[in-house]
This record gives sequence, structure tokens and C-alpha cells, in this order.
Amino acid sequence: MLRKRDVSSVELTKAAFERIRALDGDINAFLTLTEDKALEQAKAADAALAAGHGGPLTGIPGAIKDVMCTEGVRTTAGSKILEPFVPPYDANAVTLLKEAGFVMLGKTNMDEFAMGSSGENSAYGATQNPWARDRVPGGSSSGSVAAVAAGMACFSLGSDTGGSIRQPAAFSGVVGMKPTYGRVSRYGLIAFASSLDQIGPFARSVKDAALVFEAIAGHDSRDSTSAEMPVPEVASMLGDGDLKGVRVGVPREYFVEGMDSQVRESVTAAVNQMISLGAEVDWEVSLPSTPHAVAVYYIIAPSEASANLARYDGVKYGFAYQDGESMWENMEKTRQIGFGAEVKRRIMLGTYALSAGYYDAYYLKAQKVRTLIRREFDAAFENYDVLVCPVTPTPAFKIGEKVDDPLTMYLNDVCTIPVNIAGLPGISVPCGFASAEDGARLPVGLQIIAKPFDEATMFRVAHAYEQASGFSLERPPL
Amino acid sequence: MSLTREQVLHIARLARVGVDDEEVDRFAHQLSHILEYFERLSAVETTDVPPTAHTMPLHNIWREDEPEPCLDPKAVLANAPHREGDLFRVRAILDE
Repeated sequence: MLRKRDVSSVELTKAAFERIRALDGDINAFLTLTEDKALEQAKAADAALAAGHGGPLTGIPGAIKDVMCTEGVRTTAGSKILEPFVPPYDANAVTLLKEAGFVMLGKTNMDEFAMGSSGENSAYGATQNPWARDRVPGGSSSGSVAAVAAGMACFSLGSDTGGSIRQPAAFSGVVGMKPTYGRVSRYGLIAFASSLDQIGPFARSVKDAALVFEAIAGHDSRDSTSAEMPVPEVASMLGDGDLKGVRVGVPREYFVEGMDSQVRESVTAAVNQMISLGAEVDWEVSLPSTPHAVAVYYIIAPSEASANLARYDGVKYGFAYQDGESMWENMEKTRQIGFGAEVKRRIMLGTYALSAGYYDAYYLKAQKVRTLIRREFDAAFENYDVLVCPVTPTPAFKIGEKVDDPLTMYLNDVCTIPVNIAGLPGISVPCGFASAEDGARLPVGLQIIAKPFDEATMFRVAHAYEQASGFSLERPPL
Repeated sequence: MSLTREQVLHIARLARVGVDDEEVDRFAHQLSHILEYFERLSAVETTDVPPTAHTMPLHNIWREDEPEPCLDPKAVLANAPHREGDLFRVRAILDE
């Protein structure tokens, strides 16, 4: 539409800010707006397009999760401890989007340091689910998903350590995708759990998500776990909707006890639709170590976090308590006041798991079970091109419902965590709605998991299902 | 697995996170509950299974040791909570 010049990037950008002003006072998706810069970027994009230059993202307004550094634009990671932090450089993914000509609307709300599944752990207030405003949009990429679901941004970037892109995408009825570990550079991504973190897109269609993925993927020497692999042009490989010959496995362990029956029915119907598109489906795949994944994750991720978050000491940047008697007192007070409850909980958990006498029983054991989980996926992918399963056991829950019970909140991540542990690509695609007891109509997500670096097949299957089902076209009642 | 108040205080000290009395009680309860959940892993057979630190088949990444431009010190120090000229200022770390 921009290239045909039916609408200019400046018009689109102004409309986005009008939408944000109308809705975001309540939804609370954005922490920082960058309107002046956005209009400059939009003007530059219009000039490029008028001259016949530019690509698919040129002039398109997007939003960035506040866990990615943006040069000259405050970056808080949803934490009080980074409230005054203005990064001197851009994250690699942001650099690549700028090179692609996108328009940055602003930085989005999130669970503090990406630790959370609801958005409620933000130091800057919870974000509402655009489909049901008294419910969570999912987390930790709460603002990025709400901005796309509410039509404030055409796309956004999130980060996914244990499901923080796919789970909110499912709760809020948009497409959300986590690339293979190593596919997108983590340079400039504020680290939570370095062996699990990946940046990925939210969008309103599989094709848009594929275009954003193409723009941000690729090798970067500044991230030592960045993969030196060519990035296929996935957006031009989406196919014609035919799934003939595609081998789909449905892992039964993902249909967990206590799962919402409407989620189960939606996912089952989606798999049946894939059969009608020509896919060969095996309903009896087993990944027996799946039930251990939550425990593995909540040992490994907090352990890595406890090391990564040691840098917030009040010396180099961010909030600093300075009225103590000693250097140590200042540091402890800085972290006591600057971090929220969930972040402290995970730092403590990780510190304990790594401490003398417990390392073998917790961290090393978790790393070994991690190997088993990865091996089971590798074996399954010898027989199947993709695995298809739910993203979450239930639809979006109410704000405040689970905040006092961390373990119950953790167990909600049971279907997304194994994908991070094994480093695989995964996508959430809207696959229906569940009716809540209070009458709310809540989106349900379908998860499609592929082999490492086979995002192309994952996108192709997701696109075929999306085109056949049409659920991505539904919009929340705003 | 149940954590005592003393253990919670010890972990908080290792992590250099200040905690008040109420937090000590709450963390003792919540962390114990989570650690109990971790017990399930002890039943998993992992003899001869190697650990996975991350999923990329990579070991060491090398590059030539050549000087490259780095961030402008002014831009870096702009975020310093407490500075003196081009230096970060901190309280004395060692006793006098």
C-alpha cells in the first residue's frame, strides 16, 4: 500500500499516534513514545519510496520492546533500576530495522527484565489485554503484543526466553514468532538468560512476521552465539496453502492435565484443518521428558539471570542508592529498591542453584535433562517436518489472579518452555476463541515448532493454516 | 526442601540484594515451594548424559586482536549516577 502510494508513511505514522493517544492511556502498551523521530523517519521513508527505493518495511510503523537498547532513547527493561538509562548504542535488531527503513513509534511495556508471563511484573504498571481489558495480554512482551493487537503498531519486536513472544501472541490473538537460538543477534538485548533469549516479531499475519524475521535475522560477530548461516527468504517461500506431504506430529504431552477444554478443541480443530490441506498427521507423538521442562527452565534461567543481573550495582548506570555507610550497603540498597519482587526471587533462586554444594544437584542436573529434551526433539524431527501443539493450557487470565503464587504462574509456561530449552524455532498463530465464564471472547493460539534453522517450513505451515482458517483477520472490540 | 530464614539471608548476601524481614519470610516460603517442585528432576536418569550449556554447536569464536573504535567515553559516562571527570565515582571498596 505504501509502495503504491495510496497512503504515505507520514499519514500512517500520524494515524498510529492518534490510535495510541486514544487507547494507550488505559492499555498501557508504551513506556516511551518517540513521535518526533518517528515523523522524521516517516518523511525519509516517503522520500525513499517516491524515488523508487525501499523494501517491504520502509515506512512501516513498529514498536520495540523496552529490553532492546535504542541509541538516545530511554531503555528501562520494565525496571525501576534502569529508569534513567539512555543507551549509547542500538541493539543489532534495531539497527537492522532502521536499515530496512522502519518507523519507530516507541518502546513497549514488559515484565521487569522479561521475567513474567503476564506483564504484571512491570515497574510501570500492568498492560491490558485488548480483547478483555480486565485480563493480562500475556508476558513478558506485554506491551509489544498489545500494541499490535490494538492496532497501534503494524508490527513489534519482543524477546522470548521461555515463551515471552508466543504466549502473549496466543493470549492476544496475533502472530508471534521465536526464531532458532542463534538466528537473531542478541547484541544490545538486555540479557536475562543468555542461553535461551531470542528476539522475534509480533505481527497481524504470518507473512508480516516472516518479513520482519528476514529483516532482523543473520550473523553478527558481536554476539558469540550468532549463527553463521544464510537466512532464507522465508516470506517468498510461504507457498500456495497446500500442505500435501508435510509430516505433522502432535506431541501428546502438550495436552496437559487441567487444560481448558476449549483450547483443546481449538487446537484439535486446527490440526484437522491441516489434514484437509493435505498434511499427514500423527496424533501419537511422545516427547516423554516434556513434564520436566518447567523445572529445568526455572533452574537454568534464574541461574543465568543471577549472573547477568550482577551488573546492576549502581555504579555505571541506572538507579543508585547513595546514602549508605559503605559501598556494600549502597549496592545492596540499590538492588533492594531497584528490583521488583519477581526479579529478586529469581536472582535468589539462581544464586542458590549455583552456590557451593547445590550446583550439581540443581544446575548440572538441569543441564543434563536439557540434553534429554533436545534429543527427544531431534529424534521426533527425523519423522516429522513440524510439531503442532497448544501454546498455553488456558486462555488469558485476569489481572491479579496469579500474582501471589509464583509456581502456578510458572506452570502456565509448560508448552512454550521446551522450545527454548532445545533452541528451536516456534510460532503462535491464532486458531480460535474460548468463551470465558464472564462472557469474554478470548483468543487461542496454535504452536508450530520446527527443526533448528528451518523457519521456512514453520512459516509455510503457519501461513497455509492461517489462510485456510482466517482467525488472524479477527480484531478485538475496541 | 525447606529454606530457613538464615539460608535466605545468606543467599541474599551472596546476591548482594538487600531484604527486609517481611521479604525474608515471604522468600523462605516461596523459594521452598519452588525448590520442592525441582525435586522431581532427581528421579530422572541422567547417568552418562552430557550437560547442555546452550544449543548452538559452537565452541570458541576467534577474531584477530586488532584495535577497533569503541564507544565514546562521554556517551558512556553520561549514564553514570556519580562521576568525577571521566571516571565513575564509587565509595571506598577497601578498608583504610
